[in-house]
Amino acid sequence: MTNEELIVKLKAIVAPYIQDEAAFKTLNEDTDFVKDLKVNSANLVDIILDIEDEFDIRLENEDMEQMLDVKSAMAIVTSKLNA
Amino acid sequence: MGNTMKKRVVITGLGVVAPNGVGVVDFTKALKTGKSGIRFHQELKDLNFSCQIGGIPPVSEELKSKYFTDLQLRGFNSSGILYGCIAGIDAWKDAGFDMIPDSELDYNTGLIFGTGTSGVEKFREAIYKLDDNKVKRLGSTVVVQTMASGVSAYLGGMLGLGNQVTTNSSACTTGTEALLMGFDRIQAGKAKRMLIGSCSDHGPYLWGGFDAMRVMTYKHNDTPEDGSRPMSKTASGFVPGSGAGALILESLESAKERGATIYAEVLGGEINSGGQRQGGTLTAPNAEAVKRCIVKAIENSGMTPNDIDIINGHLTATSKDGLEIKNWSEALERRGGEFPYINSTKSMIGHCLAAAGAIECVASIIQLKDQFIAPNINCEDLNPEIEAMIASEKIPTKAIEKHFDNIAKASFGFGDVNACVIFKKYKD
Repeated sequence: MTNEELIVKLKAIVAPYIQDEAAFKTLNEDTDFVKDLKVNSANLVDIILDIEDEFDIRLENEDMEQMLDVKSAMAIVTSKLNA
Repeated sequence: MGNTMKKRVVITGLGVVAPNGVGVVDFTKALKTGKSGIRFHQELKDLNFSCQIGGIPPVSEELKSKYFTDLQLRGFNSSGILYGCIAGIDAWKDAGFDMIPDSELDYNTGLIFGTGTSGVEKFREAIYKLDDNKVKRLGSTVVVQTMASGVSAYLGGMLGLGNQVTTNSSACTTGTEALLMGFDRIQAGKAKRMLIGSCSDHGPYLWGGFDAMRVMTYKHNDTPEDGSRPMSKTASGFVPGSGAGALILESLESAKERGATIYAEVLGGEINSGGQRQGGTLTAPNAEAVKRCIVKAIENSGMTPNDIDIINGHLTATSKDGLEIKNWSEALERRGGEFPYINSTKSMIGHCLAAAGAIECVASIIQLKDQFIAPNINCEDLNPEIEAMIASEKIPTKAIEKHFDNIAKASFGFGDVNACVIFKKYKD
């Protein structure tokens, strides 16, 4: 999966949880889920579950702690898919 | 603090989600026409319930989306919170306020919204996942949907309330108790407004325990609308219901300042417990405590027993209805034709459990503001035990238009707990 394809999938996953439309429209690798998209921190766990479902992977607590922005999410998903 | 210092408390907003009507307009129409909200539910039959009928408010997906965001509805599975939020928001708007996500925090308004248990279906979902070793897969909303104060947490945030925000729980007394707790807080000058109410989930996982106790009727599975029969000779147990009621209580001065519509005045009331003594048990009332509750409520309201025009009773359609009438009659020292009119909203909506008190307080205020007595449906065959105590015309089976001033509402609950409140038509 290319980075572009991955980012499109992640964008669809986070869409229901974002509270900043402008930041969402320009979502890129540097976008932070909480700081930029204003996702309620409680919803980060829901995003993790949705990522697990979409990519059929399992994420551990350590993975989740690192997944604070699009870049780290992409890195972790890619590493799981390649594992 | 002397009596003169106490604030007068009025009602300036109403909201209701009942099995026979969602919203004050539909619910009022249902009360006037004696419309039943009791239906047969295949799910109950499939689960081998003895009682396969119940009251579930008709809430469409479209209506839900008017009160909740898509994000709030993701993984949402708590019917009590759903009903509570709709009723609470409706009451808030009815009182002349808006629901604005970024509104200024309102430290003058608090919230006491009761329930018996919250989100039983969500809890069931969570238990299945958990037992399947998937605790990490529960998602973020199990806690807020299943904590008892879930409904208050949702509502408090939707409306931006900054005074006390809490949940009370006292079985079937819950809603009436919430009202009196809110009343106390305003009367003491601690809040200008209190949104009070109560809600209850629907469905087998809440109702099952009552079915197991054999306190729900199993005789009307083919005739659901005839099933809830308070005070009838053929009453054979209650019919479970669900929903929510909500009221805005406000100090008279605040209501006048805002030019708010005033529906009624809360004169006072009483909350007590029979302590499971003198015949009271976990599930049966101590009659002495019930009578004391009624007498004190009237006393605290500065009234006399003869001032009570109408009673909205607890009256669930179990064998205890006769005892309740006896308690009222003895507490008021009024019998036969001297007894006030009495009705049971449960004949139309069933027993909405933790929501009953609030829905029935709303029903009482609607009758007071529109000056009518709602009918007791399914009571054409009055229980002779009751007829021996009070005149049958005091238990109307059709709605009656009537000018009246004072209505008493009482609720009694498991744990031997009681609450009684007196509402008066508002006069300057």
